[in-house]
Amino acid sequence: MIRSRKDWLIFGSLLIVTVTVAPLVLSDFRLNLLGKFLALAILAVGIDLIWGYTGILSLGHGVFFGLGGYCMAMYLKLQVGTAGTYMSDLPDFMTWNGLTELPWFWKPMYHFWAAMLAAIGIPALFAMVFGYLTFRSRVQGVYFSIITQALALVASLLLVGQQPYTGGTNGITDFKEIAGFSLAESSTQKGLFIATVLCLALAYLLCRWIVQSKTGRVLAAIRDAENRLRFLGYDTVGFKVFVFTISGALAGLAGALFVPQVGIISPSNIGIVPSIEMAIWVAVGGRGTLAGAALGTLLVNGAKSALSESFPDIWLYFLGLLFVGIVLFFPEGCIGILRLLGRRFRWPARRSTPRPSETMLPNGLEELGD
Amino acid sequence: MTSTTFLLAQLFNGLSTTSILLLIALGLAITFGVMGVINMAHGELMMLGAYSAYVLQNIFVKYLPEHYFGYYFLVALPVAFVTAGLAGWLLERTLIRRLYGRPLETLLATWGISLILQQLMRQTFGANNVEVRSPGWLTGQLSAGAGLEFPYLRLFIIAFTALSITLVYMLLFRTSLGLKIRAVTQNRAMSAALGIRTRKVDAYTFALGSGLAGLAGCILSLMGSVGPTTGQNYIVDAFMVVVLGGVGKLAGAIAGSFAIGEFNTLLESFSTATMGKVLVFALVILFLQWKPSGMFPPKVRSLD
Repeated sequence: MIRSRKDWLIFGSLLIVTVTVAPLVLSDFRLNLLGKFLALAILAVGIDLIWGYTGILSLGHGVFFGLGGYCMAMYLKLQVGTAGTYMSDLPDFMTWNGLTELPWFWKPMYHFWAAMLAAIGIPALFAMVFGYLTFRSRVQGVYFSIITQALALVASLLLVGQQPYTGGTNGITDFKEIAGFSLAESSTQKGLFIATVLCLALAYLLCRWIVQSKTGRVLAAIRDAENRLRFLGYDTVGFKVFVFTISGALAGLAGALFVPQVGIISPSNIGIVPSIEMAIWVAVGGRGTLAGAALGTLLVNGAKSALSESFPDIWLYFLGLLFVGIVLFFPEGCIGILRLLGRRFRWPARRSTPRPSETMLPNGLEELGD
Repeated sequence: MTSTTFLLAQLFNGLSTTSILLLIALGLAITFGVMGVINMAHGELMMLGAYSAYVLQNIFVKYLPEHYFGYYFLVALPVAFVTAGLAGWLLERTLIRRLYGRPLETLLATWGISLILQQLMRQTFGANNVEVRSPGWLTGQLSAGAGLEFPYLRLFIIAFTALSITLVYMLLFRTSLGLKIRAVTQNRAMSAALGIRTRKVDAYTFALGSGLAGLAGCILSLMGSVGPTTGQNYIVDAFMVVVLGGVGKLAGAIAGSFAIGEFNTLLESFSTATMGKVLVFALVILFLQWKPSGMFPPKVRSLD
């Protein structure tokens, strides 16, 4: 959390180092991997905003991520033009599914900025409508989680089922260029990496601004005692819809940055399993600490790409134990462990932080401001 | 086919879907509905039941004379119940009891358990789906004339579901264990004060719900091949049933699975299987606008 000038200094130097040094030091493959993780970190920061700060656990964020990703994929696919396998204007999967004309909702995606706008706007709009309908009927806690999980299932089924329009199980892949730059070029990938880092920094600052504002206090109050807040005359539905919309927009942005770097989006990025994994990234880093969400994303995904390549059998056990272990033993995640170490070794404390156990907050989530 | 027979056939298919859904949701109605525990590993407990049937089938084929084969499924049912029940009991003793009152944490931890169980089953039985052969007395069908045919298998499932519900009702409302279960879920502190060992009751209740999951998995294995991730496909449906029906009452689970089962078959017959599911989900969301706590909302005086 940024509070002092020193924190700004850390944030700024971290940003500059990532943008300048990483592209020079890392190989193209590693840089691409890091770029992918940082794109996912944007989504994780958005999840932390609704889960860590507002107490809403969404198990359907893959859907918002996917909406953004698919919008970007549609644009990239249309950029291929007649250079595809079938020498046709249409994306290859439409040709082999017998479509002769581009569906109407694909047409605006010829333009880069229209696609970017859609990649952020459509998930935001969808999150707003879905959030309004569920929060209004006071679907709370685990019920909300279950319903969003069903949403993730339905969305992935729908994408698989509508193969002529969405590419079905295979998803959309085989892209050539973005805004005139070839995706195969190392310089394009470096540009995408830098764009991702900047977007993550902006997303972090936006969320930080929200949680430190008065709205942020209301959000934390919703997490801790929503009914009391309602009795005090607050429109909690409005606040929840607002924060859910922001979170959906961030997930869409993450999807739009993920696709050109990874080169594919498919229903397997969207269903139940990837969506619930997103929650564990945040939990590993530490709920209610925006930086922790990003850190957790890097750690879990780094472990995944290291373990699942060499020991695919062990990875699932590891992930399973991670879910159990974090919940049972480290509910505050990595940031919590770091803080604990800091206290144990009497590192000079910046300000006196009450121990989580002394506050009334559940699971020692981060306390609210000073 | 006339419209009446079409309607009857649809109704029967819906009823058959309903009964499978209900059997799956029955265990959840105990663990989630009565105890308030979100068990994401419920699907994997079902698979334990399904694999029990598979193992017993192989044992019967290998070690017993051919004419005994028809009975294997009757042995498989209690074995599935006990296996899944024991696994559930173990799960409650080691993990879930540390997390009471923290439903979101329970959800994540049990998801972790489900991943571990899936991988265990994958390494034990292989990643491919396995076939469970129906015993001879379940093949064939009852002909009702006018092109209407009722497969014995589906009739058996409907009857078995009805029997299970009756037994669960009897257990909850006619035995002393049932009385204790209901007492503990209604007022834990008061039950403890009256000398009920609430921790023990918790473990038994969870084992009961898990055992029912095992039974559901055993029945499910008759419907098609089963694999390590088959259970995961059903878990969302089962949770939707409990959310739609309302938490805390078995009648809710019955009504919820009836609504989802019948609507699913009906909508499927007019469109595709996927669209059927999408439409049912949309209908559930719309229904919750009207009745936020489901069809049979629990009566409570307090908020939250």
